[in-house]
Amino acid sequence: MTTTAIVAENLQKRFGAVKAVQGISFAVPTGTVLGLLGANGAGKTTVVRMLTTVLKPDAGAGVVNGFDVVREAQAVRSSIGLAGQYAAVDENLTGRENIVLVGRLNHLSRADASQRAVHLLAQFGLTDAGDRPARTYSGGMRRRLDLAAALVTHPPVLFLDEPTTGLDPASRLDLWGVIEELVADGTTVLLTTQYLEEADRLADNIVVLDQGLVVAEGTPTELKARLGDTVIELEFADAASAAAAATVLDAQTEASTIVRVVMTDGPATLRDALNRLAAAGITAQHVALRQPTLDDVFLTLTTGAAA
Amino acid sequence: MTATTAPSFVAPRPSNAKPSIVWALRDTGAMIGRNLTVIRRVPQLLVFSLIQPMIFVLLFRYVFGGAIRVPGIRYVDYLMPGIFTQTVAFGAINTAVGLAEDRGKGLLERLRSLPMARAAVLGGRTLADTARNVLIIALMTAIGALVGFRIHNGVPAFLLGLLVLLLFGFALSWVFALIGLSVPNGESAQAAAFPLLAPLVFASNSFVDPASMPTWLAWWARNQPVSATVNAVRASAAGGPLATKVLIAVAWSVGVIVVLAPLAVRKYRKA
Repeated sequence: MTTTAIVAENLQKRFGAVKAVQGISFAVPTGTVLGLLGANGAGKTTVVRMLTTVLKPDAGAGVVNGFDVVREAQAVRSSIGLAGQYAAVDENLTGRENIVLVGRLNHLSRADASQRAVHLLAQFGLTDAGDRPARTYSGGMRRRLDLAAALVTHPPVLFLDEPTTGLDPASRLDLWGVIEELVADGTTVLLTTQYLEEADRLADNIVVLDQGLVVAEGTPTELKARLGDTVIELEFADAASAAAAATVLDAQTEASTIVRVVMTDGPATLRDALNRLAAAGITAQHVALRQPTLDDVFLTLTTGAAA
Repeated sequence: MTATTAPSFVAPRPSNAKPSIVWALRDTGAMIGRNLTVIRRVPQLLVFSLIQPMIFVLLFRYVFGGAIRVPGIRYVDYLMPGIFTQTVAFGAINTAVGLAEDRGKGLLERLRSLPMARAAVLGGRTLADTARNVLIIALMTAIGALVGFRIHNGVPAFLLGLLVLLLFGFALSWVFALIGLSVPNGESAQAAAFPLLAPLVFASNSFVDPASMPTWLAWWARNQPVSATVNAVRASAAGGPLATKVLIAVAWSVGVIVVLAPLAVRKYRKA
């Protein structure tokens, strides 16, 4: 087994005049989770489609589980599971039949496919619903079934394309738990998401995409560190006093009544800010300390690139 | 909500020891089974697809039939092979709708990421729709018998005629596979199908003798695949020279398959 489960090297794809993916490279060490983060249209799904052999890259290379995605596509397909954003289950088949079908098309014997279906239905809490047509399933159940079908061969590499988009919070937490168990089991996961919270919780490494390009990469901690320190948010009664405070504090106003000061000097920054405001006779209505979130990083990176 | 993975569990590894043709057949079988499950799960769909042909049977057998002159044959024996062919032709839309929906729902995407034979998706679809046609033709033959349709040429000849009809349905399935892969959803597939089928099915010898049509239309009605198939099925039931008619009908269907199947396969690879 290779120590790098997924490699993307300068992957490129255009659709007509649209350059969907303009040269993306990254590597995913075996047994880790990579979060591919980006807004709609950033190129996440196109990258996944190329790495899962569904789409041929125009240029560049992809290697999954040691196999080239173009030259050894069949070997790649035998090494991966793919669960897409549409929960690609056949609504007329039961949950069990869906899993068995994907198992059979993965060339498992009928007995093995059936045995895997029993096991996976249990693992995903679908045993009771297993013999009902999937059209009777809720959104969360469909996603779980889709994921279960993707796992029928116990693939070493799993691709999850926006696995929780459109799910209610409880189902999302549920699915996160399932994914964490798989990772604990040694599966390498490439996950695309628009939710920073999701990437923060599940991913060991994050690659941020914008308009088909990598705009940042690193661990969640590293990315957050790029924004620097904790921020003091001071809220004022009106825009005029906020503007006055911003001048006094040499800071920026945000949302017209809020002033943000980066805590470069630790707690001393806060004391200094309040002293200066008192000297100028301005009173803040509300003070809050905010840790930078991945959302901040994401917005900074992507709006910066778009400008 | 989940139990942890059983500790001693070793997942079965897919075996690729068999030759690829065996896998291709097995994958196709799996897809046929999947596509036919819908008939068991939602049998209403099959019943609905028989309503339109039944209305045509009643309309032409009892409303218009008395006013239509056809040479040398009872009108019901002239009509029913036309209705059979019409039913199979419109039934081929099923292929387009099925593929368009599979594509729209992301199912084709998943299938493409599996180590299955590429040919099994389209092959499984068109063959499943052929199997569905067997059922539909059997039901339509029973309905025909109820309204007075009779075979005058022995059962083997009639079965040969039905085989020609099934082959025609299979050929049309490839036409509609191409359409299904070219449109965004099932509704569009339906909408695209009618303008294509109407001139084939209605401007044909299905319901009336082309001799009653204007010359230019009669020429079309005598020289197109629906009429060729109707001729073969009609002769297989009513008697008379059969071999040439069967050959012409089979030639049309084989020609359609030879041209359209590669186009559909190419579209599938790209879609």
